[in-house]
Amino acid sequence: MSVLEVNEADVYYGRVHALRGLSFAVEEGEIVCLLGNNGAGKSTTMNMLSGLVRPKSGEVRWNGLDLTTAKPWNIVSAGLLHVPEGRRIFSTMTVHENLLLGGYTVRDKRAIQTRLDEVYGLMPRLAERRRQQGGTLSGGEQQMVAIGRALIGGPKLLLLDEPSMGLAPLIVKQVMEIIQQVNAQGTTVLLVEQNARAALKIAHRAYVVETGAVTLSGPAAELAADPRVVEAYLGA
Amino acid sequence: MMQLIWNGLIVGSFYALVALGYSMVYGIIKLLNFAHGDIYMLGAFVGFFTLSAFGISNETSIPLLLVIMLLSMVTTGLIGVGIERIAYRPLRNSPRLAVLITAIGVSFTLEYGVRQLFGPNPEAFPIRLASTGFDVLGMRITASQLVLVVIAAVLMLVLAHIVERTSQGRAMRAIALDPQGAQLMGVNVNRVIATVFFIGSALAGAAGVMAGAYYGSIDFLMGFIIGLKAFTAAVIGGIGNLYGAMLGGLLLGLLESFGAAWFGGEWRDVFSFAFLILFLTFKPTGLLGARVVERM
Repeated sequence: MSVLEVNEADVYYGRVHALRGLSFAVEEGEIVCLLGNNGAGKSTTMNMLSGLVRPKSGEVRWNGLDLTTAKPWNIVSAGLLHVPEGRRIFSTMTVHENLLLGGYTVRDKRAIQTRLDEVYGLMPRLAERRRQQGGTLSGGEQQMVAIGRALIGGPKLLLLDEPSMGLAPLIVKQVMEIIQQVNAQGTTVLLVEQNARAALKIAHRAYVVETGAVTLSGPAAELAADPRVVEAYLGA
Repeated sequence: MMQLIWNGLIVGSFYALVALGYSMVYGIIKLLNFAHGDIYMLGAFVGFFTLSAFGISNETSIPLLLVIMLLSMVTTGLIGVGIERIAYRPLRNSPRLAVLITAIGVSFTLEYGVRQLFGPNPEAFPIRLASTGFDVLGMRITASQLVLVVIAAVLMLVLAHIVERTSQGRAMRAIALDPQGAQLMGVNVNRVIATVFFIGSALAGAAGVMAGAYYGSIDFLMGFIIGLKAFTAAVIGGIGNLYGAMLGGLLLGLLESFGAAWFGGEWRDVFSFAFLILFLTFKPTGLLGARVVERM
């Protein structure tokens, strides 16, 4: 039994058919990556999982929760946290306040404190800048805030939408290492990336999404060697 | 001179209380809630209705004023939540103009609903402020005026604490910055918006009771002008900014107090709205308003 199962999901934006019978699954403890170009439907998939966009048909289940009807806040409090594309840091709030917002649904104050310590331990840069406004941070630091914020929510499944976007290669490497560490501590990760090279290095399995449907899937190492993937996404 | 400052501060604290609700609602859902002044009027009428029902009139007891104020705050708060639920929430994703026109409709509904219930003539507010007081620095300050200003200040401090320090306050600020981003944090946007309407309306209701006691008479249109004044105060301070609303309210009260003394009382409103026009023309973001930042 997979923790996350998406079965024949269809999403429309008005008359635009964004997801066309998309199906994939994520197992407990995995890092699964969705690869694809702009407009392939990756972010739509993420928004569908967090309840911001509703599928017209198809099944989306996670841990027994029907994600096609659950309210976004109930999805978050059940432990599915979404780090959105473009980080979406609350720009005039401090780093610390941004992190605290990640714990909005967590009632246990001591759990929040423990996780804050963990996040500051994992990303010491954020500890130095805890009183600084989110909008003044560099792109890499903002990405760390976005990930850290989700971690305070105690994710069982973490959705990461384009975490490497706009970051220097060295910073991409750091962010990917953080994702690996989070996964090693037991969090299942679904990663959406255009930077296929970086993503396939840390993912266990991957799906290639084109125009709203899965066209290829398999273990990350196999896909990284697949000529079709190499040509389309890794740029030989 | 000092007397003008003191009078300006009293009126200014009413403006500030009403401006806060205006500004909070604008900040969180970008709606200019033109019905907000009428909530202030409702606050005064809830007080009037309750006191009349008990046959109380010409009372000067401050504890009674506080009890009535609390009752009015809860009632107007709930009315505010109801208005948001019935009139504004169904239009949350509609063009802003549609909601704005709805707000004007709500305003008329409240005004003429109260006119139907209580009649068009002004009513004498059953609680007056006692005139016993003391002279300080050439100001005549009555004990009850002092109580009003202190209550207004306490309400504002409590609000500032909620918004700056609590989890609900963080959620409010987050929604104001990025409603969808806030949902991804697990914020129940509907519930937080309802809370904002409750708090804003309760503050306006408190101001309504205070104004009833301060001016002595109330009528169904009393919220109209103060709604515009509170809007002016919010714009002067920077709409969407809480401290801006407080500062704007107090400044407007002072400006009016001096304006009326120098040019004559009949110029009071001309003076305030001239400031509104000046600010909208030369500094639309107000004194403390943030620059509108373009998102990438």
